[in-house]
Amino acid sequence: MTDDLRAPLAFTFMGILLAIVGFTQSWSVSLSIINLCLISSIMAIGVNLQWGYGGLFNAGVMGFTALGGLTAVLVSYDPVYEAWDKAGIGILISAIILILSITLVMFAYRNISSPQFRNTSIVLIIIAALIGINNFYGPSIDVIESINPAKTGFLGGLGLPIVFSWVIAAFVAGLVAWVIGRITLRLRSDYLAIATLGISEIVIAIVKHEDWLSRGVKNVSGLDRPVPYEIELQQSEWFINLVERINDATLNSVQTISSRQELLNDLIIVSSGVFVKLCYVGLFLSVLLLIFYLSHLALNSPWGRMLRAIRDNEETASAMGKNIFAQHLQIFIIGSAIIGIAGAMLTTLDGQFTPGSYRPLRFTFIIWLMVIVGGSGNNLGSIFGGFFVWFIWIEAEPLSIGFMNLLASGFEYDNPIRMHLLGSAAHLRLFIMGLLLLLALRFMPRGVIPERIQKK
Amino acid sequence: MDNFELINALVLISNFVLIPALSYGSQLALATLSLTIIYGVLRFSNFAQADWMSFGTMTTILFTWYLQSLGITGGFLPTALIALPLAITVTALFCLLIDRSVYSFYRKKKSPPIVLMIVSVGVMFILQAIVRFVIGPNDRKFFDGEKFIIHALDFKHYFGLSEGLTIKSTQLITLIVAIIAMVSLFYFLQRTKMGKSMRAYSNNEDLALLSGINPERVVLITWVIASALITTAGVLYGLDKSFKPFTYFNLLLPMFAAAIVGGIGSPIGAVIGGYVIAFSEITLTYAYKKFFIYLLPESLEPSSLMQVLSTDYKFAISFIILVIVLIVRPTGIVRGKII
Repeated sequence: MTDDLRAPLAFTFMGILLAIVGFTQSWSVSLSIINLCLISSIMAIGVNLQWGYGGLFNAGVMGFTALGGLTAVLVSYDPVYEAWDKAGIGILISAIILILSITLVMFAYRNISSPQFRNTSIVLIIIAALIGINNFYGPSIDVIESINPAKTGFLGGLGLPIVFSWVIAAFVAGLVAWVIGRITLRLRSDYLAIATLGISEIVIAIVKHEDWLSRGVKNVSGLDRPVPYEIELQQSEWFINLVERINDATLNSVQTISSRQELLNDLIIVSSGVFVKLCYVGLFLSVLLLIFYLSHLALNSPWGRMLRAIRDNEETASAMGKNIFAQHLQIFIIGSAIIGIAGAMLTTLDGQFTPGSYRPLRFTFIIWLMVIVGGSGNNLGSIFGGFFVWFIWIEAEPLSIGFMNLLASGFEYDNPIRMHLLGSAAHLRLFIMGLLLLLALRFMPRGVIPERIQKK
Repeated sequence: MDNFELINALVLISNFVLIPALSYGSQLALATLSLTIIYGVLRFSNFAQADWMSFGTMTTILFTWYLQSLGITGGFLPTALIALPLAITVTALFCLLIDRSVYSFYRKKKSPPIVLMIVSVGVMFILQAIVRFVIGPNDRKFFDGEKFIIHALDFKHYFGLSEGLTIKSTQLITLIVAIIAMVSLFYFLQRTKMGKSMRAYSNNEDLALLSGINPERVVLITWVIASALITTAGVLYGLDKSFKPFTYFNLLLPMFAAAIVGGIGSPIGAVIGGYVIAFSEITLTYAYKKFFIYLLPESLEPSSLMQVLSTDYKFAISFIILVIVLIVRPTGIVRGKII
């Protein structure tokens, strides 16, 4: 098979899979899978920029996703004025002390030449900052968390439309990536992996436990939505007319007026759900296409060629006068920013922020799998990987339950082995994912849609 | 301040900080040694390490149950110690199977270390699935035998102090087993012919091949030793606390941090790193309020918990130390390999 045919064939195959779900399960399920596939594809493009084009292993995808989610909350949730009035100053002062002390430490680290004096002054600054922050921070968070803890108990956000957070999330994730990159990118390649694995755990720890900021494991629900609510649709005239017109034939075949009305009501309820999901598909698809287009332009520019040159041979690129560290930092920041955008979109889609749900397997390693299966170094491949792997991840559960039922069918109903087999069906999903990764690496190391080598 | 107050404070610290940190540190040191040996000889960061530890511990638990069902127990010692050698054998065989079917392909192709690292992520998934499939994701305790060596109440009565000292038998067992394992490992690496050839292979593969060292044998021995270390570490940790696959998975970060802090690829560094990470995790999250109440006069007694970081950030600590070491001394405490 020529490489030109691979992409269309792969996407047709994916379309058929989704259509099968649409016909056998329901279109609503199929659309929810598509929405998450779109978000996964964006994450995969972010990882692909870092790994496929930069050769950087970022094991902290989960952390950047959570940062995006947190940004969505902080941008869209209405501010809790009472909390700001009572304790906002304390938090602000702590933040100022924190920034001031970091600046001072950096200043001391760079400008004091005597090592003894430098180290003592750094330690003194840190101790002073800790005491200062403790005085303001502790009492303030107690106040904030005591204000209406069942509903808010945190500072709230800015009260802006949630779509803005998608842009802001890119900056937040990029900023954090800059800090990590500065520390680890000069070192050997696995250090970046380990450091990013660590930072993602820290980000999760912070969003889980700093209740004044994110409500922690109490979750933030009822976030603003960029699309209409189902209940509004069901009551608006134009939507009812639309449903009536689309289902004209079915409705006319019904004889009595009352049963026609009943059928119409059912159709409206089902269609409103589908309509909302279609709105999300539209939004996410446009973001995906925009990011895909921009990265396509960037990677076919001289800048993209330079990145590939660095990836393929650092020494040569360095000899040609390219600053390897700066380029790595740049691509690391860009990739992380894209993951941040996807994180904010994911929280938007869920309508809630649940710090407890961020697990490294689901948010880091699955995304990696998407990039590797799809074809690292090819954004189209990442999009396909995002769709395919997410589809498998979702459908693995019913499939493994079916498989286990088949295995267990030979046993008596209350046989302990049968119970154990059925109870452990969920873990088969991990096995399928691992096997997929190993098989892809072994037999298709370049992925389903491999990178194109341009010869000019 | 009288002397009793000082002794009370010291007992308090050893009870809640020193002894737990010493046993956790030994467990971490063994696990990190395993990671570092794989790194040194096979040259990749093994992401499957933590789940490999779960696998070894799970095998031990299964053997423990089997032995218990036969009526064999360790008396005052936990039965798991008898099951340990059996479990190490099974784990090592399983590892060799994985090596033959997965890793050896990439080794022969001389793939870059980062590819092997990604392969280890795949192995991690599979190991995790197997462990959860066989024993389930829940918390399991498999300790039996005598629980305490020194009991807090006895200690209090005997010495007439208001603070009691508890030493759990698992803590002592951990320390003894860890010392035996480390001494024999270092003896093996430094004095025996096989150990020397392992170090030679790790240091310069081509030169080692020229001097007639059989690479397959080195790889085999490496997997066996690393399996023994990681299984022992996992069993000691599980005896001390409990076995839960997710908790074990979370030990991956402290292990990596310890390996880098100590100096990656250096066995001595792994041991030092393990203790450094364990001691900092526990000393930084302990609330020193009571300690200061004993030591300071009443007028100066602290009102806050006197805790540097809340226990919620236990995982963050290993990472913070890692970052500091990366900035100040990227080679680690004992200079390891940087490239």
